[in-house]
Amino acid sequence: MEKFTVHTGTAAPLRRSNVDTDQIIPAVYLKRVSRTGFADGLFQAWRAEPDFVLNNPAYAEASILVAGPDFGTGSSREHAVWALKDWGFRAVISPRFGDIFRNNALKEGLLPVELPMATVEWLWDRLEAEPHTQVTVDLVERQVRLADQVWDFPLDDFSRWRLMEGLDDIGLTLRHEAAITAYEQSRPSFTPVITP
Amino acid sequence: PDLLYIDLHLLHEVTSPQAFDGLRAAGRKVRRPDLTLATEDHNTPTGYDDPAQACQRGALFTIADLTSRLQIETLRRNCAEFGIRLHSLGDANQGIVHVIGPQLGLTQPGMTVVCGDSHTSTHGAFGALAFGIGTSEVEHVLATQTLPQHRLKTMAVNVTGQLKEGVTAKDLILALIAKVGTGGGRGHVVEYRGEAIRALSMEGRMTVANMSIEWGAKAGMVAPDDTTFAFLEGRPYAPTGKQWEAALDYWRSLPTDPGATFDTEVTLDASQVVPFVTWGTNPGQGVPLDGVVPDPSEFPAGPERAAAERALTYMALTPGTPMREIPIDVVFVGSCTNGRLEDLRAAAEVIRGRKVADGVRMLVVPGSDAVRTAAEKEGLHEVFIAAGAEWRYAGCSMCLGMNPDTLSPGQRSASTSNRNFEGRQGRGGRTHLVSPPVAAATAVAGRLASPSDL
Ligand code: SF4
Repeated sequence: MEKFTVHTGTAAPLRRSNVDTDQIIPAVYLKRVSRTGFADGLFQAWRAEPDFVLNNPAYAEASILVAGPDFGTGSSREHAVWALKDWGFRAVISPRFGDIFRNNALKEGLLPVELPMATVEWLWDRLEAEPHTQVTVDLVERQVRLADQVWDFPLDDFSRWRLMEGLDDIGLTLRHEAAITAYEQSRPSFTPVITP
Repeated sequence: PDLLYIDLHLLHEVTSPQAFDGLRAAGRKVRRPDLTLATEDHNTPTGYDDPAQACQRGALFTIADLTSRLQIETLRRNCAEFGIRLHSLGDANQGIVHVIGPQLGLTQPGMTVVCGDSHTSTHGAFGALAFGIGTSEVEHVLATQTLPQHRLKTMAVNVTGQLKEGVTAKDLILALIAKVGTGGGRGHVVEYRGEAIRALSMEGRMTVANMSIEWGAKAGMVAPDDTTFAFLEGRPYAPTGKQWEAALDYWRSLPTDPGATFDTEVTLDASQVVPFVTWGTNPGQGVPLDGVVPDPSEFPAGPERAAAERALTYMALTPGTPMREIPIDVVFVGSCTNGRLEDLRAAAEVIRGRKVADGVRMLVVPGSDAVRTAAEKEGLHEVFIAAGAEWRYAGCSMCLGMNPDTLSPGQRSASTSNRNFEGRQGRGGRTHLVSPPVAAATAVAGRLASPSDL
């Protein structure tokens, strides 16, 4: 996984709540068997609307998305994270994320940043007035910074460490292989097994 | 975080290919193919113009869309390479992943169940801890049979009283989501409790648990009881003899202790629940069928009001319109929410001897091939066909816009599925979530209706 420490870039204000993963990438794009190349499907229906924020050239270079509450709810499709990354986003700011999306993002090095609704509203106003505002997302300090503002955001220590080191979860888990094997010996014999 | 051992890992074609690629790239194996089961459901056709193709259901050439065909082919190759049991199209056990697990008796109380699919919460109806995961986590489970997990908060949903005649589990869960909002369950594992839940069949409990994710809960569970055990007994993967007795002892030890406390509690009076339908573009935007399209100004200013305004524009609805006056183009009965035998029976009972209204298309899609066979044994297919509905093969079908069953832009559906998101059933399609009896009555009336309106 790509490491994440500190990222500075411009940000796009997405004034919408309940942005479900069907909006982030519709199901027709999920037929592919690859892990990349999903940028063309990102917000596909909304991009047909001329005034959609990502159609505005001022936000063409944006690498941070600032959205309303309940971002990434719904379907478990990790393709939503892949599409956002393929488009060029490194972080998403929202007051609240769907659980599965948040997990997927953490696995893929797309940083989900939780800031209160009032802060998000403030950011929307600023980014709409000044699209080229530089925003820094600092995972080390767990802060979002503008030239004139600092906000702290929460993230558990384990996720932070994994992202900063770019660690592979499977490798970490396999360090406990002996414990897994021991547990397997103790599972009740009535639990079902499937014959291939 | 702790490592949670996974007792059952279900796979389907859409969220697994990249996970298998990851395994191959790292030279890893599937740790427990014997705890892993795959099926084909999302991306599959549920009907054939050419009857000769129906006889060869499952043959790759019958999947017309080449990208879809490749994805199915990829799943078959991956399962063969890693030694995983696959119920392909044409196999008697094929079906929607959340329908076949319980049907085979694989989903049992006290187990941990995951799948690269958010509606894995369905299996919680058996008192299993079941939740959806993303593709990276699918790869993690394939490689290690575990998942690192933080402990979640607990929530009790106390459903007091009894559902009135004609009110279903679907109405119950839609009413609950409208009450608590789509983010209401976030960070929690929920237990659905109370008299009304106890009175539900396993099918009804699955409908409720299925939609846990729609209000943000990580998982939703129902304590196992005699209804659960009766459902499981005799199923292919259920234990037998002494093992059954041992399992029963264990399962009976699982329910929450009396007087246990929860981090959060919600109460819903079942006797007040009426047939419920959605008007908007998330499952929390619902009202009683007797109600009207709400006015966005009734919502608090901010994201909720903005979402309501946007939803009404997308749904092309005017505030104040009675829900019963909304005309419908397509009716879909199916999905992992309401595609089981009990659901098909409920829809058939309403439509028996009646006709689907002119200009309305009705699709009836069994949740699994076994449901299809069982329904045909009871003659339900004849009831639907006589009414002018389409009787189709098992799969996710019109629940998501991924296979050939989709809405066209601007078409409006009454759907027994679980998501009314913008474009969920096809780009530009407009979805109203409903119960199976309301779906059937709507097909006859041509507008949203309940059986008592007919
Ligand atoms: S029926 Fe719908 S919700 Fe259920 S698994 Fe299929 S696509 Fe997902």
